[in-house]
Amino acid sequence: MSHVFSKRSNSLPLQLVLYLFVLGGTVTAAVTYYCTPKYLRVGYAPVQPVPYDHSLHAGQLGLDCRYCHSNVDQSGFANLPTSQTCMNCHKLVKPQSPLLAVVRASFESGAPVPWVQVHKAPDYVYFNHAIHVNRGVSCVECHGRIDQMTVVTHAKSLSMKFCLDCHRAPAQFLRAPQDLYHLAASTLAEQGRTADAARFIQQAKIKPPQSCSGCHR
Amino acid sequence: MRTVYYVTALLVVLTISIGGFRGRRSTQPPIEVFPDMNRQAKYKPQAGSKFFADGRADRPLAAGVVPRGRTIAPDPDFLRADNFLYRGQTTSGEFARDFPPELALDEKFMQHGQERYTIYCAPCHGALGDGQGITKSYGMVTTASYHDDRIRKMPEGEIFNTITNGKNTMSPYADKLSPEDRWAVIAYVRALERARQGAVSDVPADHKADLGL
Ligand code: HEC
Ligand code: HEC
Ligand code: HEC
Ligand code: HEC
Ligand code: HEC
Ligand code: HEC
Repeated sequence: MSHVFSKRSNSLPLQLVLYLFVLGGTVTAAVTYYCTPKYLRVGYAPVQPVPYDHSLHAGQLGLDCRYCHSNVDQSGFANLPTSQTCMNCHKLVKPQSPLLAVVRASFESGAPVPWVQVHKAPDYVYFNHAIHVNRGVSCVECHGRIDQMTVVTHAKSLSMKFCLDCHRAPAQFLRAPQDLYHLAASTLAEQGRTADAARFIQQAKIKPPQSCSGCHR
Repeated sequence: MRTVYYVTALLVVLTISIGGFRGRRSTQPPIEVFPDMNRQAKYKPQAGSKFFADGRADRPLAAGVVPRGRTIAPDPDFLRADNFLYRGQTTSGEFARDFPPELALDEKFMQHGQERYTIYCAPCHGALGDGQGITKSYGMVTTASYHDDRIRKMPEGEIFNTITNGKNTMSPYADKLSPEDRWAVIAYVRALERARQGAVSDVPADHKADLGL
């Protein structure tokens, strides 16, 4: 009787198990790399109806974020500006520009400019802008260098881990009140003022929620 | 077995060449891997709505609506009966001089005014209030200077009215500044005007050295 199986096949079960490990590892690595917010969201830069440029308005002209996002330090929601806000200047600055036709039409008719939302927390997450901004967390921590972006791009993952990394140890992320809206400013810790940060945390009784009900309420 | 490994390696290369690396720019909305309850049947601020004819969930205010919780004392001004605080007018309807008595004109109030002024007025009127803000060189050529005699002598109530309703080429700022904020900004405008008129004799003796006098 000839051999049905070659001698090599003796090691086949072992090789199969080995391969399954390699395959499992590769698939896990691919899923963690490709199916998490760091890949899925970061870099999202939708085409907006008006080519509005933060690097010109916030960077070059030096407008404060609150000139347009005027409720960010007063309410949980960071509003987008009304078209009147744009027309404050654009009545006289580039009044005929074709790039601003949508804004002018919106100002006259009262219909909103259909901006595309970039950052979108899931509806089961409770988020509040004012509490972060008023407690020394700058826009740059969660939105990146908006003042250098021509098109707003999703810069951070905004995943649950991202939120918790700061909530567990906020001291190293806090900035001085006058630096909050200047996105180039460094944190108190980077300025070597860790003692100030610690005092601020103590005085303002900063204790970000880490329990599930803090953010999923 | 070797071919299986080759095929796997090929698949890895294929995935990377299609998927690319993290942080790649994309104009497509992010894929939601587990969309479970991500988007629920509720409205968030400034959201769209298919229900209303104009397509927005935020409804315009009916005439005469007063915002909650933005007044100094909770009740007496509820219907904005206070002509001075909310319109800058006297009871007879003229522009009022000076500041409403319920506001405490202290350092905190001034600093608040300075902060709001820097955000909302300085881009056009400039940090010094001389009308030389950054936008001047881009076309906002009609911006007024606060150091004109006319504006220096103007009743505070008239400036309040300019902020609330706008004037000629200046748009209203009532949506961005609450009535209390507007008074704080006016206080700071008055401070800028006073500073422009300042003389060496105004500097307190113990601060003269700071200025090298
Ligand atoms: C002149 C008005 C203006 C100023 C000043 C301004 N923004 Fe914006 N911002 C807009 C408009 C309009 C949009 C919506 C269009 C877009 O996404 O590009 C926007 C969008 C954004 C978004 C994305 C919103 C989303 O859909 O997720 C962020 C984040 C943001 N701005 C942050 C900032 C920060 C931080 C500053 C201060 C450095 C700032 N903005 C200053 C007008 C302004
Ligand atoms: C503080 C004044 C100011 C405000 C408010 C403002 N802009 Fe501008 N905008 C400017 C200036 C100044 C320029 C540059 C003009 C130039 O290059 O000569 C500009 C340029 C632009 C341009 C390019 C126009 C062109 O033809 O090159 C667009 C588009 C634009 N702005 C959109 C907006 C939108 C949308 C808003 C409202 C969210 C807005 N701006 C609010 C001052 C302003
Ligand atoms: C702690 C993180 C964090 C900080 C700090 C922060 N944001 Fe946000 N921002 C978010 C998240 C999360 C969202 C998405 C919210 C949602 O979907 O409801 C968002 C959304 C926005 C939006 C879009 C709102 C919409 O639904 O259209 C704007 C505009 C914005 N932020 C501006 C700002 C500005 C300006 C600052 C600084 C003054 C700031 N943010 C600081 C996390 C942050
Ligand atoms: C860079 C630091 C930082 C990041 C990132 C951050 N937070 Fe916070 N968070 C804070 C601080 C500081 C407070 C204030 C805590 C206090 O005042 O006790 C806070 C408070 C909160 C609160 C409590 C608000 C309230 O009304 O009690 C919620 C909810 C919250 N954060 C949600 C989030 C979510 C969701 C994210 C992720 C998108 C996030 N945070 C990311 C620092 C951060
Ligand atoms: C600091 C705020 C914060 C706290 C505290 C928090 N979460 Fe979350 N959680 C988030 C955010 C933000 C997301 C959305 C992440 C995303 O969209 O990528 C989330 C998402 C989730 C999800 C859905 C994940 C998915 O992708 O479908 C689950 C489940 C969850 N959280 C459970 C918990 C539990 C259990 C706790 C308590 C141990 C908890 N969370 C505490 C902020 C928080
Ligand atoms: C977008 C640019 C711009 C901004 C921002 C702006 N102004 Fe003006 N302002 C003007 C212009 C232009 C005029 C001249 C109006 C005219 O007479 O045509 C003016 C005029 C004025 C006047 C004189 C009105 C009169 O009776 O002649 C006052 C007072 C004033 N502004 C106050 C303010 C205050 C306070 C703020 C901040 C809340 C502010 N402005 C923000 C552009 C601006």
